[in-house]
Amino acid sequence: MSELRLENITVRFGSRRTGLTAVDAVDLTVPSGHVVGLVGESGSGKSTLARAAVGLTPLTGGQVLLNGQPVTQSRTARRGRRPLQMVFQDPYSSLDPRMTAGDSIAEAIPRGTLRGAAKRAETARLIELVGLPGGAIDAYPARLSGGQRQRVALARALAGQPDVIIADEITSALDVSTQGAVLNVVRGLQRQLRLSMLFISHNLAVVRYVADIVAVMYHGRIVECGQADEVLANPRHSYTRKLLSAIPEPGTTLDATTDLADLPDEDLDQE
Amino acid sequence: MTTSPRSLAVLADNPWLRFAARRLGQLLISVLVLVTASFLIIHLVPGDPVRAALGIDAPQSLVAARRHALGLDDPIWLQYAHYLKNLVTGQMGTSITSGLPVSEVIGQRLPATLELAVYSFIVSVGLALPIGLGMAVLTRNGRRRAAELSFTSAGVVLAAIPGFLLAVGLVYVFSVQLGWTPVAEEAGFTSFVLPVLAMALGSAAVLARILRLEVLGAMQADYVRTARAKRLPSWRIYLVHVLPNALTATLTICGLLLAALIAGTVLVENVFAWPGLGATIVASILSKDYPVVQGIVLVYGIGVLLINLAVDVALALLDPRSTIRES
Amino acid sequence: MRRMKRVLRTPLGISASVLLGVVLVLAVFAPVLWGDKASAIDTSAILQGPSSAHWLGTNNLGQDVFYRVLVATRLSVELALVATAIGVAAGLVLGAAPLVLGARLGRLVTAAVNIAVAFPALLLALFFAVIFGVGARGALLAIGFATAPTFARLTRTLVAGVAGLDYIAAARVAGVSRIRLLTRHVLPNIGETLVVNATIAAGSALLSFAGLSFLGLGVQAPAYDWGQLLSDGLDGIYIHPAAALAPGVAVVVAGLAFNLFGEALALGLGVPELAGGSVARAARAGRRAPAGAPLAAAAEENSNPLLGTDRADSVLVVRDLRVSFPGGVHPVRGVSFTVGRGEAVGVVGESGSGKSLTALAVARLLEDPAQVSAGRLALLGQDLTRDPGKRVRRQFLGTSLGMVFQDPMTSFNPVKRVGVQLAEVIREHKGVSRRDAAARAVERLHAVRIPAPHRRYRQFPHELSGGMRQRAMIGMAVMGSPALVIADEPTTALDVTVQRQVLRLLKSIQAADDVALLFISHDITVVGQVCDRVLVMYAGRIVENLPAADLRTHARHPYTRALLAAVPSMHTDRELPLAIVPGRPADPANLPAGCAFASRCPLADAKCASADPVLQADDAGREVACWHADRVPLAAVADTEVPVVISHE
Repeated sequence: MSELRLENITVRFGSRRTGLTAVDAVDLTVPSGHVVGLVGESGSGKSTLARAAVGLTPLTGGQVLLNGQPVTQSRTARRGRRPLQMVFQDPYSSLDPRMTAGDSIAEAIPRGTLRGAAKRAETARLIELVGLPGGAIDAYPARLSGGQRQRVALARALAGQPDVIIADEITSALDVSTQGAVLNVVRGLQRQLRLSMLFISHNLAVVRYVADIVAVMYHGRIVECGQADEVLANPRHSYTRKLLSAIPEPGTTLDATTDLADLPDEDLDQE
Repeated sequence: MTTSPRSLAVLADNPWLRFAARRLGQLLISVLVLVTASFLIIHLVPGDPVRAALGIDAPQSLVAARRHALGLDDPIWLQYAHYLKNLVTGQMGTSITSGLPVSEVIGQRLPATLELAVYSFIVSVGLALPIGLGMAVLTRNGRRRAAELSFTSAGVVLAAIPGFLLAVGLVYVFSVQLGWTPVAEEAGFTSFVLPVLAMALGSAAVLARILRLEVLGAMQADYVRTARAKRLPSWRIYLVHVLPNALTATLTICGLLLAALIAGTVLVENVFAWPGLGATIVASILSKDYPVVQGIVLVYGIGVLLINLAVDVALALLDPRSTIRES
Repeated sequence: MRRMKRVLRTPLGISASVLLGVVLVLAVFAPVLWGDKASAIDTSAILQGPSSAHWLGTNNLGQDVFYRVLVATRLSVELALVATAIGVAAGLVLGAAPLVLGARLGRLVTAAVNIAVAFPALLLALFFAVIFGVGARGALLAIGFATAPTFARLTRTLVAGVAGLDYIAAARVAGVSRIRLLTRHVLPNIGETLVVNATIAAGSALLSFAGLSFLGLGVQAPAYDWGQLLSDGLDGIYIHPAAALAPGVAVVVAGLAFNLFGEALALGLGVPELAGGSVARAARAGRRAPAGAPLAAAAEENSNPLLGTDRADSVLVVRDLRVSFPGGVHPVRGVSFTVGRGEAVGVVGESGSGKSLTALAVARLLEDPAQVSAGRLALLGQDLTRDPGKRVRRQFLGTSLGMVFQDPMTSFNPVKRVGVQLAEVIREHKGVSRRDAAARAVERLHAVRIPAPHRRYRQFPHELSGGMRQRAMIGMAVMGSPALVIADEPTTALDVTVQRQVLRLLKSIQAADDVALLFISHDITVVGQVCDRVLVMYAGRIVENLPAADLRTHARHPYTRALLAAVPSMHTDRELPLAIVPGRPADPANLPAGCAFASRCPLADAKCASADPVLQADDAGREVACWHADRVPLAAVADTEVPVVISHE
């Protein structure tokens, strides 16, 4: 639907001398209708990048372009739809506990476009789209499971009729048996609606399943980016290689050594 | 010896010095706000403060003379500058009604208040620490529910009785009914008993309850589970692992409590006709003797700020994460 | 509304409401009923003691003290409520101001509030009383503004707490306006806490007002509130104590009424407790079960002959372990397994499976209100069901069993140095000197591949990185050369690169020191890699027990197979939907009769719904608890096969 381009994004916290550079001159493009998987471990800056892209965290440098036009997140542009939407990690704080699922979704429908019965119909349509039963419209989050809540959050993001959706670790807090349901819905919707999506996760297997393009982030920088098959089969950066080798392979056993001296030291840059 | 830029940079990197600098900076700002607020008292009061103090019948010449003596005819910024300058040299103005220097009035009355507040604090902590800790150990994991209930109820009731009411009650029980201790005379140790008790009991109840909760909370912590997993003896778990972590929150409360005790002296002193600042400030407010009020407000305020500073320093020393957390 | 009714039904709620009700009723009606009697001057009856005509005697104008105390209720309560209203309103404005005013001005307001909060309310009230003047109106404004900073600080804390939550961020991204954000999202979620605090503040305001009036700075004659009456009565306390005590008692009772009501509200609305706990907390604790009995021996139910006797080289033997909580919650329902010497056994399960509680129960770390029972629980042949309070028992467990917990940040004491926490173990149990214990600790830190171990020994836990802390924790667990290490989700909180290193470390320690490992995790892939044998737990039971090497080829329980199929790997077919397990994990408080997995199982039938399957072993010693285990085709669970269960919820 639309191309998202993050151009030279830099995000710094704190003062110049003692501050932290969470994101360091990152260039990333999500081509229209594609899914870019952003992989990184804790402290890599991937969540900060996502929040900066939607305007929750102020940019220290660079710009966010949608179809070549800068995305204005200022208050004057509040009326009308927001082309960039986000789904968050924690299913337990992503929904207002005092609003029903339907209300949370309806709130995200751009103001002035729909009223009354039409609004309710649209909410029902979105609930069905994410695979939830119709009765969920009037359910409070406390009665929904983690996976169901994430799907409500997804429906809410879709209500804004976005061009691009950013999914920030949306399945990391879910049980394995429910993770699949959410991922299936995400994948199905992306293909059906030809959404452009930035899918963030620390889990390479999940990213591989969902994304066409993979970008690897480390210490605030993108160290590798390319077609998913290519990056995962022939990683070029040492960090990517390290990440790939660390993934537990089902059906293999961990090579152990009786001589503890053979083990590598804790990485010095982890201190 | 000149300080090179390099040694200054080294100084600036030391977390302790940075902490000290930051705290002192905050203290200075608070003191400035306090001083300004105290200065403004006399100017925020509606009408002419000197006239209000001396009364309607006082001759205009006397009023004018006092106004001049107090410098009230100068423009306000000049008065402020004079006020600050005088404060630095320890002069706090002159009482409108008595003509005595305020610093002298305060100097006479301060020791009695200080003694009362400090003794009450010591008794509070001395009672609360063992009781709170003991109750926590005894009632952990829901044991001895009856004891927990009576302890908490007694604590709630005691804490709900403000010091001066407790004072009245104690006076009634001990002085009126039992005729034990002398009332309304500062005559040695025995005269301290009732006022200190009145102030300390309520504070001790609050502190004991909070200490118990903090200790119980610390006992739920993961690191206590680790200590139990290491099968350390109970006394070591409490002393080495639980108590130091429960102390940080307790310390903060102690600071608040001491500040509250200082405020409490104002009321309790009035019950016992104690020759402290409390009686003086009330009398001054009623007689509209504003310079004295200003001075005493300053003294109370500085006392509170110093207590907060002491608590912060103690916290920084106790908790190895604090100075680093600050930056 | 529903919750309000619940509040009023607790004993605390009832007594508080009654008390407050009485106070409020008196406030409204007393002046109407007894106003005249209270102001009737009778110069012939001055300063009398209690009598039948005047229950509490009279004052120096012959007025009846009893009625005066009752009538004074209105003024006292009114003033307290208005002062609280002023304080709360001003506090709300000051606290919410930074949101609306923007960064610079907001910071100024916050700084001013922070300075004001440092001073006790009474001092602030005195200050304002000077400015606003002596008298009821001045005192009202004084106490009101003295309460404001606390509420401003509270509002700020609450707003900040809510504003950081994801649903606020989501609303902002969705384009919701700031005003709507405040009114629709923030205020409703902080309203309850504010109401509770306001109620308690009303109690404090009542006391403060009494204080100010007592000093003569509040209500002035001829109007009278309790403080004023108290001041009047105090002068004559020797002759005429009732006149002083009665208003004092009235103040205390009314103050208590507000406080208790506020705490009852906090309890009922589920609002976080305010500092100082209360009767409420004790009352709530009273609903828990009485102190648990020592570990009870239960009848043995396990019928498997292969596991009936302890093997000679068993490090850990567990038979029919059960954990329950009062209220009918049974998170662990009869778990039996053995860990052999040097063997790594993994326990896999999702939330609600009971795996962590099993580990804690085995380690004898569960306390009241948990109730633990077992047919047999033995470590190195020693029976653990006896009371572990004795020193010998403690020493045995301290040196034979090591624990590694999930979160190394919170599992280390933050105020003690790392080295000391390691050395503690052998100093306590082996009587080793400080020097030698320190040396061993450094050696262990080195063994877990922490660079510069001497320096790390002296550091505090927060100075180590996450991976290093977990290694130090492992080092701490093996200080005493234990025979068994129980690791509860040791790598869940770590990055995948660090995870691999820590897992290799665990394996190497297992091999090098012949240490048995009980490894708890939700990650079946990791467990399959690290362990020799895998136990799969669901709803408090072991549903499958088989060698790790056979996981992919011989798993028979539908849940195990579903778990294996549901985890995406680097070879999962991208064209097919992922396997899921419909339904939700079992709730330990609401377990069905019959197989707990039946509602989510494609093979379930009537038998499954009525009878709980028992763990049965095949000839090779692999156990499974399923009535239809033999019906599941033993094809390998490859990633390209069509998953066992595909559906949307």
